[in-house]
Amino acid sequence: MAKTLAEKVWDAHVVRRVEGEPDLLYIDLHLTHEVTSPQAFDGLRGADRQVRRPDLTLSTEDHNVPTFDIDKPIADPISRAQVEALRINADEFGVPIFSLGNIEQGIVHVVGPQLGLTQPGMTVVCGDSHTSTHGAFGALAFGIGTSEVEHVLATQTLPLKPFKTMAIEIEGTLPDGVTSKDIILAVIAKIGTGGGQGYVLEYRGEAIRALSMEARMTVCNMSIEAGARAGLIAPDQITFDYLEGREHAPKGADWDTAVEYWKTLVTDDDATFDAVVTLDASTLSPFVTWGTNPGQGLPLSASVPSPDDARDENERVSIERALEYMGLTAGTPMKEITVDTVFIGSCTNGRIEDLREAAAVFDGRQVAETVTAIVVPGSVRVRLQAEAEGLDKIFTAAGVEWRNAGCSMCLAMNADKVAPGKRSASTSNRNFEGRQGPGSRTHLVSPQVAAATAVAGHLASPADLVASNA
Amino acid sequence: MEKFTVHTGHALPLRRSNVDTDQIIPAEYLKRISRHGFEDALFAAWRQDPDFILNDPTYSDVSVLVAGPDFGTGSSREHAVWALQDYGFRVVLSSRFADIFRGNSGKIGLLTAVVDEAVIEQIWAIVEADPTAEVTVDLPAREVRVGHLVATFDVDDYTAWRLIEGLDDIGLTLRHEELITEFEASRPSWLPTTR
Repeated sequence: MAKTLAEKVWDAHVVRRVEGEPDLLYIDLHLTHEVTSPQAFDGLRGADRQVRRPDLTLSTEDHNVPTFDIDKPIADPISRAQVEALRINADEFGVPIFSLGNIEQGIVHVVGPQLGLTQPGMTVVCGDSHTSTHGAFGALAFGIGTSEVEHVLATQTLPLKPFKTMAIEIEGTLPDGVTSKDIILAVIAKIGTGGGQGYVLEYRGEAIRALSMEARMTVCNMSIEAGARAGLIAPDQITFDYLEGREHAPKGADWDTAVEYWKTLVTDDDATFDAVVTLDASTLSPFVTWGTNPGQGLPLSASVPSPDDARDENERVSIERALEYMGLTAGTPMKEITVDTVFIGSCTNGRIEDLREAAAVFDGRQVAETVTAIVVPGSVRVRLQAEAEGLDKIFTAAGVEWRNAGCSMCLAMNADKVAPGKRSASTSNRNFEGRQGPGSRTHLVSPQVAAATAVAGHLASPADLVASNA
Repeated sequence: MEKFTVHTGHALPLRRSNVDTDQIIPAEYLKRISRHGFEDALFAAWRQDPDFILNDPTYSDVSVLVAGPDFGTGSSREHAVWALQDYGFRVVLSSRFADIFRGNSGKIGLLTAVVDEAVIEQIWAIVEADPTAEVTVDLPAREVRVGHLVATFDVDDYTAWRLIEGLDDIGLTLRHEELITEFEASRPSWLPTTR
């Protein structure tokens, strides 16, 4: 029977299938971090259970960790206690851990791929909704709650009801200056934050095939913002080239065997999706959110929408409330909105290509006096690579703060926060109320737009900077 | 897990859509490593507003949350379910739930019952007019009853069975441990390990 990619990966991991019950799926890789795991490890202790496969489990410290003074004890005692709990749990249960100070430390969704641990056709889970990132490799990867973390620790499996499948077809070619972040923001604006509920998304089409692995990760990362637990992309030569030679990638004859298998991981020509959404890449432009959920986005060249534009009463109330929280007036051109803070980083856009794109905009320019800008690399490896390329010097010369690796201002669990009432342009994934600190106002953007905005002092694309310089 | 069959209690009408888990419990509260005591964190930012409905003494004894569509979007944090339970909620009614939130709820005994948006509107109207109105959520019958209103709700059979029996997932899965071992033996040797 013809199958989609998601169905192939699913079917290859079924441990037990019985009518009327969820399938029991085997999990190839379980990533853990300090925030969603302590209660799961406590659960194991309480039931006198072990971690079944510590060799398929990995811990890294990311959500809470400071991005400066990392050689000192963590200043916040509650954060410190949580990070210490992870270290104790990893030690007691034999789980490998990358602690602060380790060269492999970083955001869990940056670390897995860069080590070659994320491979096509695998099942990958983590107590973090942005686990969908790993779908860029053709893996079935999704976020889970703490009870499920405990379940995977104890059994290396999860009981799951089959997903429906949705094709997101992005045809055509992206115009210059338009990135994978703009693609996914446009997709979410089109289908809404609930549009993907119950589905696994498969991103397809010419524009997706043309993306690098890192750009594909940005797309898959935000699947959850469209309500989909997972999003994936069929592996191809770009995927294989990225993986070859990485520490945990197969070697020698195993590599050939693996690639042979990976090449079968495509949706069959005659397979059908439960839903199809299409978007023409050539019509896209830099995208930005104006509201308090990631579906409230529009082209940077547009203006703040009005509650009168709503399709129903719920949406009208939602727009009104978002405008009030964001301190915006309907009809204001997006490019006239001034910002106080710019954050470049996160599991969405904290990889080396993102930093290169931002650095290219900052090169020879200065951050506006009214703006504080920080760049937080997604991992220590990304930080070191950026420094080897001299990107850190470009950032600091432009007046941008160059930090250490972690989740940082994406969710403000560490000291990096947007101040109450202040406005940020952020390359992260969520513009929820208070996401970047109590009272913070967030506009989601690509790294290029973030950098241009830091320079201009208001929402802007690199093209706007060139225009104003000329 | 505590068994869930029929629950009767007062309802909180939350007239908001797209209630994400960052609103249900802000990230600041996720640093705790305990499993209980999150009631103070529930809707912590919104509770700063004296007019927020949870601060209304009329609704001080509530156990059924009635919310707009797309409840529980965003972060996978199970803390959102813990905070709702610790505060005293046993049921959330909405026309649409985010997948991860719904899965987390079903694992630990918070019933997420899907009803039509029109039914949500009716329940809001009833409990706003009379906050003492008792809402009964009958899981075996898949029914919600309040005043003269009787409406069916949707929950999948397997989750309903586990809630009614109060069954622990890990215990259920470990009944099939030999199948897991058998599957492991068939995995290709080139698959990565974290060691």
